[in-house]
Amino acid sequence: MVDTLLLVMYVLIGVVMAIAGIESFRDHTNPARIGTGLFWILLAISFAFGTLIPPMATGVLIVIIGLLAAFKQIRVGTLPKVDSAYAEVAAKKLGFWVYAPSIVLAIVSVAIAQTKLGGQVGIGIGAVVSFIFAWLLTKASPKVAYAETQRMVRSVGAAGILPQLLATLGAVFTAAGVGTLTAKLIAGVFPAGSHLGGVILYCVAMALFTAIMGNAFAAFAVITAAVGIPFVVAVGGNPAVVAAIGMTSGYCGTLLTPMAANFNSLPVALMEMDDPMGVIKQQAPVSVVLLIVQIALMYVLAF
Amino acid sequence: MEYLKLLGIVIIVIGFAFKWETTAVVVIAAIVTALFSGMSIPDLLTTLGQSFVDNRMVTLFFLTLPMIGLVERSGLKEVAVNGIKKLKHLTPGWILNIYLAIRELTGVFGINLQGQVQFVRPIIAPMTTAAAEVQRKLTAKDEDVLKGRAAAVDNFGNFFAQNLFVASAGVLLIASTMKSLKHTVTPTQIVTYTIPIAIITLIIVGVYNLWFDRRFKREGK
Repeated sequence: MVDTLLLVMYVLIGVVMAIAGIESFRDHTNPARIGTGLFWILLAISFAFGTLIPPMATGVLIVIIGLLAAFKQIRVGTLPKVDSAYAEVAAKKLGFWVYAPSIVLAIVSVAIAQTKLGGQVGIGIGAVVSFIFAWLLTKASPKVAYAETQRMVRSVGAAGILPQLLATLGAVFTAAGVGTLTAKLIAGVFPAGSHLGGVILYCVAMALFTAIMGNAFAAFAVITAAVGIPFVVAVGGNPAVVAAIGMTSGYCGTLLTPMAANFNSLPVALMEMDDPMGVIKQQAPVSVVLLIVQIALMYVLAF
Repeated sequence: MEYLKLLGIVIIVIGFAFKWETTAVVVIAAIVTALFSGMSIPDLLTTLGQSFVDNRMVTLFFLTLPMIGLVERSGLKEVAVNGIKKLKHLTPGWILNIYLAIRELTGVFGINLQGQVQFVRPIIAPMTTAAAEVQRKLTAKDEDVLKGRAAAVDNFGNFFAQNLFVASAGVLLIASTMKSLKHTVTPTQIVTYTIPIAIITLIIVGVYNLWFDRRFKREGK
C-alpha cells in the first residue's frame, strides 16, 4: 500500500518535472534551452520510472546531468512574471484565506504521518489535497494551474535537486567507507568515547565546514558521516536529536560566512549598505550564543 | 592509497567555496570517491543510480510547488505586506520581533517568503528605519546597522524555523541521509527535535532586539 502510493507520487513528480522540461525547451530566450530541457526530462525519467530502469542506467543519467551542469547548460531562462496587479486584487478578496492551503498541507501531512502510511505518503497526500484546495479557492483555470506549475518548478531549477544529490553523495560515502576512514583519522588526534567531547566536535565541525562551504546541506552529508555518526551516535547518542541539532548548528556557520552570499551579501547589495560585512556583524553574537546553546541541548537530549 | 578516497570531501569543500557549478561538483565528488575506493565503472554507475533512486524522497517537496504557485499568484505576499504595514507605530525592536515571529510561524507551515527580496528590502528595513527616525536623526552608520539588523532577523527566523515543516528540503535531506548512514530517523522526529532551538532563537533574538531599542535610546541622549 505505502509502496504503491509512493510510486504514484514519484510518477506525479516526474510529470511536474516533464512539464518544466517541455516549457524549458520552448523558451527560445534561453541560450541553454536544449540542455535545460534535457535536464528536466532526464530527471522526470529517473523519478517516474525509478525502480523500473536498471540502476546503472540511472547512474548514466546522473553523469549526463553533471556534465550539463559543468558546461553551464542548465539555466532558468525567462519565467512568466507574477501579475502584481492581479495579486493585489486577489489579496483584498481572499485576505488571510490565501494561507489556508499551506495550513492544510501542514496539518494533513503531519496527521497522515501519525498513521501507518508514514511521513512520506503524508507529504504526498497533503500536497495533492492542498493543491486541489488552492485550485478551488483561487478558481484558477487549468491553463493557469499549468502555467504556475511550470513557473515554480523552473524557478527552483537545478538548486532544487541539490538536496537529493547531496543525500546521494552521503550514500556513496557510506558505500566507499569514507566515514570509517575519517573517524579513524580523527580518532588519532581526538579519542572517541567522551559524550561531551563528541558533541562539541560535531557541532563545531558542522558550523566550521558550513562557513567554509557556504552551504549547510553539503556540510551535513560530509560531516555527519565523518564525525556525527562515529563520535556521537556510535557512543549512544539518539540519531534523531543528533541529526536535527547538527543541521541547525551548521546554520550558525551560515550566519558567519560571506560564502553564504544569498543570505549575507544579497541584502548588502539590495539595501546599498556601506559595510559589506554589515549583516554578518549583526548576526555574529547570536550565532555564537546559539551554537553554545545547541551543544548543550544536544548533550542533554541525545544521551 | 586508502586516503585517496577522501579526495571527494576535498572536492566538495573547494568546489562550494569557489562557487563552481554545485550540481557538477557533487556528481564529480561522488565519482572520485567511488573510483578511489576501488569500484569499477559499472559498479560506480550502479551505486550512483541506486543511491539517487533510494533518495528520491528528498525531492518530495516538488509536489508542493504547484499549490504554492497558485497561492503566490493570488496574493500570498500582498496579504502579508498589508498585515505588516499596520505595525508602523512600534519601536524598531518590536517591529523586528513581530517580523521574527511571523517568519518562524510561516516556517512551521512551509511557506517560503524569500524574505530578503520580498520583505526586508521593500518593507521591514524601511519601516525599522522610519521607526528609529522618530526617536532621533539617523547617521549613515545608524542606517547601516538598522538595515543589517533587519536582514539578520530574517535569516534567524528563516534558518531556525524552516526545519519545523515536515516537507521542507532540510528535513527530508536529514532523514534520507541518516537512512543512507544506517541510522533511520523519521521526518516527524527531526521536526520534534528542532522545536527547542526554534523557541530559544525566538527568545534570544527577541531580547537582542529589545536590548537594541534600549541602547539606541540611550545613545540618542
